[in-house]
Amino acid sequence: MTIPDMDSVAHPQERRFNPYTENGGTILAIAGADFSVIAGDTRQSEGYSIQTRYAPKVFRLTDRAVLAVNGFAADGNMFVKKVKQRLEWYRHAHAKDMPLRAIARLIQTMLYGRRFFPYYVYNILGGVEEDGTGAVYSFDPVGSYEREACRAAGAAQSLVQPFLDNQIYFKNQQAAPGTSHPSHLPLETVLSIVIDSFTSATERHIEVGDGLEIFIALAKGRTLQGMESIRGLQELTVTEDGERLFVMRRDLKKD
Amino acid sequence: MFRNTYDSDNTVFSPQGRLHQVEYALEAVKQGSAAVGLRSKTHAILLALKRSTGELASYQQKMFRIDDHVGIAIAGLTSDARVLSNFMRQQAMGERMMFNRPMPVNRLVSSIADKAQVNTQEYGRRPYGVGFLVIGQDQSGPHLFEFSPSGNSYEYYAMSIGARSQSAKTYLEKHYESFADCNLEDLIRHGLHALRETLQQDKELNVNNTSVGIIGPVGQHEKPISPLGSFRILEGDNVEVYLQSMEKKEEAPAPASVPDAAPAPTADEDVQMSG
Repeated sequence: MTIPDMDSVAHPQERRFNPYTENGGTILAIAGADFSVIAGDTRQSEGYSIQTRYAPKVFRLTDRAVLAVNGFAADGNMFVKKVKQRLEWYRHAHAKDMPLRAIARLIQTMLYGRRFFPYYVYNILGGVEEDGTGAVYSFDPVGSYEREACRAAGAAQSLVQPFLDNQIYFKNQQAAPGTSHPSHLPLETVLSIVIDSFTSATERHIEVGDGLEIFIALAKGRTLQGMESIRGLQELTVTEDGERLFVMRRDLKKD
Repeated sequence: MFRNTYDSDNTVFSPQGRLHQVEYALEAVKQGSAAVGLRSKTHAILLALKRSTGELASYQQKMFRIDDHVGIAIAGLTSDARVLSNFMRQQAMGERMMFNRPMPVNRLVSSIADKAQVNTQEYGRRPYGVGFLVIGQDQSGPHLFEFSPSGNSYEYYAMSIGARSQSAKTYLEKHYESFADCNLEDLIRHGLHALRETLQQDKELNVNNTSVGIIGPVGQHEKPISPLGSFRILEGDNVEVYLQSMEKKEEAPAPASVPDAAPAPTADEDVQMSG
């Protein structure tokens, strides 16, 4: 008697509504000495279809905090709305904006609060800390978080993060003899790395493309240092003599 | 009168058709220190007199921000004010979340009026002991509303509540026709004069006891803020420049000392100090 091949045996199936879906896209954030850059492509897809070529994934929370959300777009958008509401309550109670590391901890508690029906979102929070340093915090869907110098998340994470490890952390490469790797990169270099990351990801990953939105958060007193005339740069700052926030958009390939 | 037997239960009318508990709640508002509100075509402002229990104490906060486009000044029980302003904030945030637009001011005021009315008709509950002056801005321009614990709310060109507010009302009634075309600095000056009427004999307005709330475009003495029209509260040293622009008390209408950037004030009638 032969053992039946398990694949051809009938067995019970359960059909259920799947509350989640993947909407593609990629986000990236890099922290400098006194600035932070947070970027995301603008394509939203489901499977092989494009839902829209422009759906923002990166949002201004305050003049010094920017949140990028990626994964399931409906959860991402709702989560951002709820974070903004919590920040508004903080403003009512304290008459000032929430500091960045406090926002990071808040995001953890909000995500873990839904431990048993999670927000299917990979969050990256970027901005400027109270002490003026650039910061990036990355989260998993249930709130595990860590402060880092750089992080990529989303569809093309596996293409972009290794590139960043090499170009930001200088992994697996030696500095020229007699020199050492810079401990902090200038804004111009970081922006080039971001744009190159996305154009490359667009080449090789179908879910990445259409457009790129880059937010730049600057510490108090720091200028753009010659980058003021960069094409399409728009200031979003609300407060006087505090941190400054800018956004710029670029096209990415639409195929 | 029969007042005393009909005034313990909220749900009992007096023979004259009055609810005494509600009227006593209105008394609590009259005990609070004065707040004045007035509006022009472009701005709506609130001015409040902050009280302190003594020289060592801080001054009681009289103004609260509800949303970017709405602010309130309170008179009466501060604890009740915090509860109601919290409710207003929830309402305003909820409307933004659901309808993707700021809450219209009249709807916001109606929502607390309806909430306060419940406490005038349910057994065992007491009315709120606080009145508000609400300023806000929506598509139909700047607005000023009064909310009272009776559950009534009205829109006004100018209004005052709290202790000795009748003196402020007298000033406002005298001058209100000129408010519509005032610029922000003149409007604040009128408001400060009205507020000054409510002071007792030897007191004066200073940077510690005066609070100004503004809705509308940025004024000459303010640093640029955005978004335009946001509600902001001026306190402390920020109020000094406006206090300086007031006319001196009990002087003949001589030209007032004008800060450099402000336009010349209109020829004011005598500003009388109340007794």
